[in-house]
Amino acid sequence: MTPRMTKFVLAISAPLLALAAAFVITSIVLAAAGDPVLDVWKQILSMPERRNVANIIDNAMVLYLSGLAAAVGFRMNLFNIGVDGQYRIAAFTAAVVAGEAWLPGYLNTALAIICAMAVGAVWAGIAGVLRATRGVSEVISTIMLNAIATALVAYLLRKASVRVEGSNAIGTKVIPEGSRIPNISIGSGPGQEIYGFVVIVVLVGFLYWFVLNKTRFGFNLRATGRSTTAATASGINITRMVVLAMLISGAVAGLVGLPILFGDSYQYGSTFQSGLGFAGIAIALLGRNHPIGVAVGALLFAFLNEQSNPLQILVGVSPDIVAITQGTIVLTVVISYEIVRRYGVRLEQQAVAKALVPEPREPEEANA
Amino acid sequence: MTSTVEEPAAEAQAGEVAVRLRGIGKRFPGVIANDDINIDVRRGTIHAIVGENGAGKSTLMKILYGVQPPDSGTIEINGEQVTLHSPADAIKAGVGMVFQHFMLADNFTVLENVVLGAEKLHGIGAEARAEVMRISDAYGLDIEPDRLVEELGVGARQRVEILKVLYRGARIVILDEPTAVLVPQEVDELFGNLRGLKKEGLSVIFISHKLDEVLRVADEITVIRRGTTVRTVTPDQVTARQLAELMVGSELPSPSTETSTVTDEVLLSVKHLSLPGPESRPLLDDISFDIHKGEVLGIAGVEGNGQAELVESIMGMRPGATGTIELTGTDLSSQSTRERRDGGIGYIPEDRHRHGLLLDAPLWENRVLGHQDRPPSAKGILIDKRAARADTERIIAEYDVRTPGPDVLARALSGGNQQKLIVGREMSSDPILLIAAHPTRGVDVGAQAAIWTHIKTARRKGLAVLLISADLDELIGLSDRIEVILRGRLVGTFDPDDVTPEQLGSAMTGAGE
Repeated sequence: MTPRMTKFVLAISAPLLALAAAFVITSIVLAAAGDPVLDVWKQILSMPERRNVANIIDNAMVLYLSGLAAAVGFRMNLFNIGVDGQYRIAAFTAAVVAGEAWLPGYLNTALAIICAMAVGAVWAGIAGVLRATRGVSEVISTIMLNAIATALVAYLLRKASVRVEGSNAIGTKVIPEGSRIPNISIGSGPGQEIYGFVVIVVLVGFLYWFVLNKTRFGFNLRATGRSTTAATASGINITRMVVLAMLISGAVAGLVGLPILFGDSYQYGSTFQSGLGFAGIAIALLGRNHPIGVAVGALLFAFLNEQSNPLQILVGVSPDIVAITQGTIVLTVVISYEIVRRYGVRLEQQAVAKALVPEPREPEEANA
Repeated sequence: MTSTVEEPAAEAQAGEVAVRLRGIGKRFPGVIANDDINIDVRRGTIHAIVGENGAGKSTLMKILYGVQPPDSGTIEINGEQVTLHSPADAIKAGVGMVFQHFMLADNFTVLENVVLGAEKLHGIGAEARAEVMRISDAYGLDIEPDRLVEELGVGARQRVEILKVLYRGARIVILDEPTAVLVPQEVDELFGNLRGLKKEGLSVIFISHKLDEVLRVADEITVIRRGTTVRTVTPDQVTARQLAELMVGSELPSPSTETSTVTDEVLLSVKHLSLPGPESRPLLDDISFDIHKGEVLGIAGVEGNGQAELVESIMGMRPGATGTIELTGTDLSSQSTRERRDGGIGYIPEDRHRHGLLLDAPLWENRVLGHQDRPPSAKGILIDKRAARADTERIIAEYDVRTPGPDVLARALSGGNQQKLIVGREMSSDPILLIAAHPTRGVDVGAQAAIWTHIKTARRKGLAVLLISADLDELIGLSDRIEVILRGRLVGTFDPDDVTPEQLGSAMTGAGE
């Protein structure tokens, strides 16, 4: 096997191992609760219909952005747990800006997106500054900022909202048609459309890869994540990097709610989808912070979400079982990555040792 | 060079064989395995085992101490073949080991430390105390049983470790690099103790790469290279240089002393540099010195006397220092580490794992580290991977970094090869000042000579070097001037041409005050 092949096989064997383990554990939970294990898997692993595929892709887009936001932090050993708060306060901002429609058409859309990113960045940046200047753990501060964001959005929603007719729900002003992002059809029937925001999502994925792997800034960020001491010695300003990384993570988090906003709901209301931030952390872990890996992880999570929906009706099992699977994946993936990493290091050391000993001796005396 | 083992001809005359290793083999990933190791250690002798880093010395000792089982071969202790599954087995067989890093509880007394884990032998009371004193007197270890370990100096701690081993009944004592942490005077004391053990009929296995010490104390010396015993010699048969050549397997470059290349031009000027410490005593106290173009200034000192703080202050990694630091007349105080590096300072850090490398990054990325915004690593805002890789290949070739290629993770390399990569990297941007903290620590003889040559060559071209080292021979051999640092202050200037390691040692410990 070529070294490249080995690397690739190692890279995908870890998540596969984790998935298998997670399926086994979920099955044990199902069996212990007396639920029909096989029927559940039959439903979850069945071929989704075209309509469901569209839903999966839509859901995956959102999860992907959330995963990337977390991944930016992870690459620098920063745990941005606050993606949840950041995306909600950002989506709210975007909804207000777009709803007010100060600018015409797509200029309005662009302005709303920029505002969302800025607000997300600022919200995460608070944690970054606290960490950089006062040494406050970003885990603690982002969790608290999540709580504050929830309260703040609820408070502001009252002020900015208009009542939706014939309902108790409230929401921001509906975005004018000209500023919405049209959906893209992937089939011919109804419901077979995905968010047009997909273009921006792909672009963000590409930028993530490019900036982190190809630029000096990305190098500094990764170096800091691997060893702050070595980074300091190499002349990287750690304080600045911490703030910048949090700003970028927050800016990406600011995009998370926007596919839904511009492609489906057109307003931010009390029913706006929540909990997307935490899924992102799991997905970033699963995808190993790699732009393609995170995409696969997002698709997988979206697939599980979608396929588990009809479980209650079809086999009488609560769809929450899939949350157990997802949770277990996060645990098993951490373990299996470590196992595979150690194995990979061993392989490489063997390769190095082999390259150093010019004439390999036969281990005949070992079995003599 | 062939690897035929010379059967010890003198076997009959000096005591019977206490430890006999035959055909010991051990392979495991990453480390060059032991292969066909044959050693006889006779009773009542000091037997030194020398070899380059990664030659397999530690593996062999771990096998003998029962930490790892060998894949092949036999171990005989006092003529009886044994299988050692654990250090407990080894201790039972009379083998004890003193590790390089002491394993003592600081907040316990000496007596408590000795008894800890061996309570079954003599209890923890008067009987144990009597036994400790008996051993201490018998071997001249000069132990004070009621002192707290944290109050003891390094030499005394080492004696406690030796006593611990003897207390557990060891008749064969392995010492792993015991002199690495000692100043010359302490080394003399240790050697006195070892001769005491020998006189009482114990066998001492002494692992080291300081060849002059080995020649001074050992009765027999076994050289290991690439996991195999190359030869066993007695000290009167060889010189240090011949030993080194046996270790490396080729002839060494001549370490000829060079004519001075010091110029009048002041390159680095440090004035009144002070750094307040957490307690009342400052970490750096009014340090002033100049380094000229083409000059190597050596800083001698026992570790922890402000060397690291001095280096980090000059590099701009440690805030809070007062005084001025000027590089070619430019004040550095407002400059960041990055600006100082770009201004022409190369930096070989003391701890390569903490400050020198990204262990989980490939070698070429480690080449970029510290040179992120300079060619060949960078092109505009982008990292130029192709050029960085090519330059890494150059360093691998020029500095003899043993690796399959530039895409291997730094972690996979041995310490010496990691160090060579760092030296190659820091020299590759043509620095005007090189700060080298322990540039050859943990590096084998061959690589050491190569690193010295590179520094000397650069010095001839006008490089100024601030050399911090615990290796006094290295300091004396490379420096144009030596300053001694003690408790954050420069306490004496020496001319390397007429200073002995002993004189430096006295100044380093403040014995001359």
